[in-house]
Amino acid sequence: MENIIDVQNLKKEFKSYSSRQGLKGAFRDLFTRNYTIKTAVDDISFSIKRGEMVGYIGENGAGKSTSIKMLTGILTPTDGKIVVNGMNPHKEREKFVKTIGVVFGQRSQLWWDIAVQESFRLLKKIYNVPDQQYEEHMKDVIETLDIGPLLDKPVRKLSLGQRMRCELAAALIHNPPLLFLDEPTIGLDVLVKLKIREFLKRINEKYGTTILLTTHDLSDIEALCERVVMLDEGKIIYDGPLKELRENWAEGKQIQFQFSEKATLEELQNLTKDHLVVWEQGESDLIWIASVDSDETVISGVIGKVTAVKKIADLKILEISTEEIIRNIYVEGAVRHG
Amino acid sequence: MGKYIEMIRIRFLMMLAYRTNYYSGILIYSINIGAYYFLWSAIYGGKENIQGLSITQMTTYIAVAWMARAFYFNNIDREIAMEIKEGKVAIEMVRPYPYLNMKMMQGLGEGIFRLLFFSVPGMVIVALVFPVELSANAGTWIYFFISIGFSFIINTQINLLAGIATFFLFNNDGLIRAKRVVIDLFSGLILPLSFYPMWAQNIMSYLPFQGISYIPSMIFTEGFKGSQVFEALINQAVWSAILIIPVYVLWILAKRQLVVQGG
Repeated sequence: MENIIDVQNLKKEFKSYSSRQGLKGAFRDLFTRNYTIKTAVDDISFSIKRGEMVGYIGENGAGKSTSIKMLTGILTPTDGKIVVNGMNPHKEREKFVKTIGVVFGQRSQLWWDIAVQESFRLLKKIYNVPDQQYEEHMKDVIETLDIGPLLDKPVRKLSLGQRMRCELAAALIHNPPLLFLDEPTIGLDVLVKLKIREFLKRINEKYGTTILLTTHDLSDIEALCERVVMLDEGKIIYDGPLKELRENWAEGKQIQFQFSEKATLEELQNLTKDHLVVWEQGESDLIWIASVDSDETVISGVIGKVTAVKKIADLKILEISTEEIIRNIYVEGAVRHG
Repeated sequence: MGKYIEMIRIRFLMMLAYRTNYYSGILIYSINIGAYYFLWSAIYGGKENIQGLSITQMTTYIAVAWMARAFYFNNIDREIAMEIKEGKVAIEMVRPYPYLNMKMMQGLGEGIFRLLFFSVPGMVIVALVFPVELSANAGTWIYFFISIGFSFIINTQINLLAGIATFFLFNNDGLIRAKRVVIDLFSGLILPLSFYPMWAQNIMSYLPFQGISYIPSMIFTEGFKGSQVFEALINQAVWSAILIIPVYVLWILAKRQLVVQGG
């Protein structure tokens, strides 16, 4: 399958000015200013195929938004090559942006003071969408996102969740083959999140829409994306399947015991001395957590030995969450390859 | 073309969404015209005419200048500055239209709205209250409308320049405010240019500002006669064309400079 996004050695540097100290410094700043060059995106290369849903993750300031802005033609790269939908986003901006849809979770693209449907109507004219195509496609979108009753309200009267659903619909008026979502679920409640995820899956299946998604909410990524690209300090530190990331990093499980009587570390270590177990105290001295390898005999062995001696009130087997995995990766700074 | 017409329509809707602004606007303009009328009556103080303008012509000049201002005046410089400061310009850049043309159309939508729902009813009220002389000559009206068309273009181009300057300055409220005072003063809104000393008139004849207010008002009050009207219209047309150059140059530089703030 062909590549819909192709990025090679992409680089973006910003000049950032710093102010000198004190009154004397402020006067000197009037004439000459100190600046440092900051590299926001440092030599990244990747490609995305048609129909993929890719999660683009990284800490604040890792360069996610900057690279999205270069991919959508808003910013010019300092260096490197970008081809999206067969075009150079910055050079052929007007023609190019007709082939993409963009949602910035933190900014509205609807007109604040007028009814949602008026915004839609204007966007329809802007993108030159024929009436028939608009009717068919938007009827479906409006139904799935359940925004029919909101259409005649001005945007400023909508709640965040309502607005975000309208934003998504607005980004899809011209049914673009490629959709950029920059933190689309920021600040939304679980129900709206679920609805948006379902909707994204649906358009991906129905129209083969390629989706590039940045978010801080990893459950979004888990629900939608098979592939993740992870950025740190402007560099790609991981690019591959989410599954592999989990397998390489989530070694082992945690067993959480809640005893009905006090337990001590020594006692527990004694009980499980045949296995490789790390005991940790939980929130109280009744709760203890055993970290073990993800091996069936070890898990059942530990549980068997402990429960044979001590009375327990509750027992949980926890898998290490993606969030924890990502946190570990950032702490260590690089991805181990398994 | 459809998208531009749609944008003008949207601007109409937005203006209607803020009715209070609309009513208070009529009030403010009426007060301004009234104040200038009484000021000028005091200055004339029984004199037949000053600098070739009679008191009736002067009143008409003031009334027309303010009413024309309702058409050519817009806040797109401030809007551009705000969009840049808040980073909303990112949204504009992912839309398939030329940003500056679209801004100009928004200004035009605003202008047409004010001309129809603001200047026309306002002019009727003013004509009833003050001794204003409206020309019966169809030619004068046609030249006047051509002329305020150019006024709009020149003023909007200057606004675009001031707005785009935000890309380089990041905070240019001061520049925008200064620009507004310069335009009010040098365009002949407050005082017809023929009242300025000769040397100042000479300088101003090399600047685009007189094309914003002085020329249409003089055409309407028939202060310009015969070939003077055509010379004035040509002056406006030339400035409209010349100003395209700095707007485009600055825009190209600005796009290169573009840093989207926040997020």
